[in-house]
Amino acid sequence: MTTTDTRLLLLSDADNVLVARATIEAGETIVVSGTPITLPARVIMGHKLARRTIPAGTPVHKYGAPIGTATEDIAVGEHVHLHNLKSNYTATHSLDAARAGAEGQEP
Amino acid sequence: MSELTGYLRTDGRKGIRNVVAVAYLVECAHHVAREIAWPHRDRAHVIGFPGCFPNAYAQQMMERLCTHPNVGAVLLVSLGCESFNRYALEKVIRDSGRPVKSLVIQRDGGTRATIRDGQAWIESTVAALAEAPRVPMDVSELVVGTVCGGSDGTSGLSGNPAAGRAFDRLVEAGAACIFEETGELIGCEEIMAARARTPELGDELRAAVAKAARYYATLGYGSFAAGNADGGLTTIEEKSLGAYAKSGASQIAGLIKPGDLPPRGGLYLMDVVPDGEVRFGFPNISDNAEIVEMMASGAHLSLFVTGRGSVVGSALAPVIKIAANPHMYERLAEDMDVNAGRIITGAASLDEVGEEIYRLVLDVAAGAETRSEALGHAEFILTYKSFEPIGPACLPA
Repeated sequence: MTTTDTRLLLLSDADNVLVARATIEAGETIVVSGTPITLPARVIMGHKLARRTIPAGTPVHKYGAPIGTATEDIAVGEHVHLHNLKSNYTATHSLDAARAGAEGQEP
Repeated sequence: MSELTGYLRTDGRKGIRNVVAVAYLVECAHHVAREIAWPHRDRAHVIGFPGCFPNAYAQQMMERLCTHPNVGAVLLVSLGCESFNRYALEKVIRDSGRPVKSLVIQRDGGTRATIRDGQAWIESTVAALAEAPRVPMDVSELVVGTVCGGSDGTSGLSGNPAAGRAFDRLVEAGAACIFEETGELIGCEEIMAARARTPELGDELRAAVAKAARYYATLGYGSFAAGNADGGLTTIEEKSLGAYAKSGASQIAGLIKPGDLPPRGGLYLMDVVPDGEVRFGFPNISDNAEIVEMMASGAHLSLFVTGRGSVVGSALAPVIKIAANPHMYERLAEDMDVNAGRIITGAASLDEVGEEIYRLVLDVAAGAETRSEALGHAEFILTYKSFEPIGPACLPA
């Protein structure tokens, strides 16, 4: 596999997402699977980035197991979260809408 | 290894603490119970059931909790007109050989008189319990539960797998370990079933998770709080896979429901989702409800992994809090027993933190105070549920 920033953790070879092990600021250029990506927004520790292209309607894998389905095409290095991934079981409840405009909170 | 000692009970189990349970039998008696316990709150813990309507599950839970190995004596506080069967509860406690007294506020002269009588009883009982002898105890006699709460994207990377390593060590030493919240194992059913001792038990594990998925679908929300999403978790199955890591890698020996005692050492899944049609709302309204159910199944202590930073402890049984997130640990260090965030920053390995947790379990069992105990945390919550008994395939020989 091509190089990836050491702040991104691959949990299983079968995964198509990487997990941030540190918070990475907006505007930083990081290498994901050999591709340089300039982050449009801050990536908070514990959040996921696409390891490879994930087409809409296909499963997202983490820990080597499916964690839901992509709701749109996801590019390499893109943030994978509520806006482009949905559960195959029950819908996810978040306060994002209530907090519209506010930046993500540091965990 | 065995420097452990415990308080021997008549059923053969041993306690790692020797506390007085002050149990209110309806919310209307809660204040009086709290006032009675307050002067000795480090040794007298308040538990209880708030409902005025009878419930077989709550009755059984209170019976199990009042005869928990860490409980040396029980004071029951009744208003007087509630439906809870205090006569049956008092008999179970008395038959267990524990000192027990019932106070009835309506009979005994109201708030002030009941508090005075209760405090006098606690005073003499605490003094007697302090002199109770301890007998040798082996790791294999321990029952340990695990729960995660306030989870984020770090929980499944550090704290949960480290707790899993500690569970593997405990199971190897012959202890009984319980993991739970089938609603937070949605998406793990197949990999979990593959670890079952028998194929029939595997079917039971799958069925328990399917029941949880149906139950939560009816309620409209998964077991997923807004803070989970802030922390980077996107779906219930992602949260589940992280939570599942707490179970470690041992074979799954059985499926139990709240109040069922593990028949021997090994790893057990607790099915916490009620049976039958959806009633009474969410299965466990907060983390302490899960801790309470594991205590009812005999857990002497529990491992609590948190990413966002839960600060709770528990009445009756110590809680070891494991911080998964290194940033949170910096802010809440005083509340945390273990910093598993070191795994994220690269300062420690999973095995090292797993070993640290295992040793801490032995220390706490031997009497060392956890952070939440030192801070006076003694949370407790019990709500309505209903269960059918487990089937024969749940506990294979």
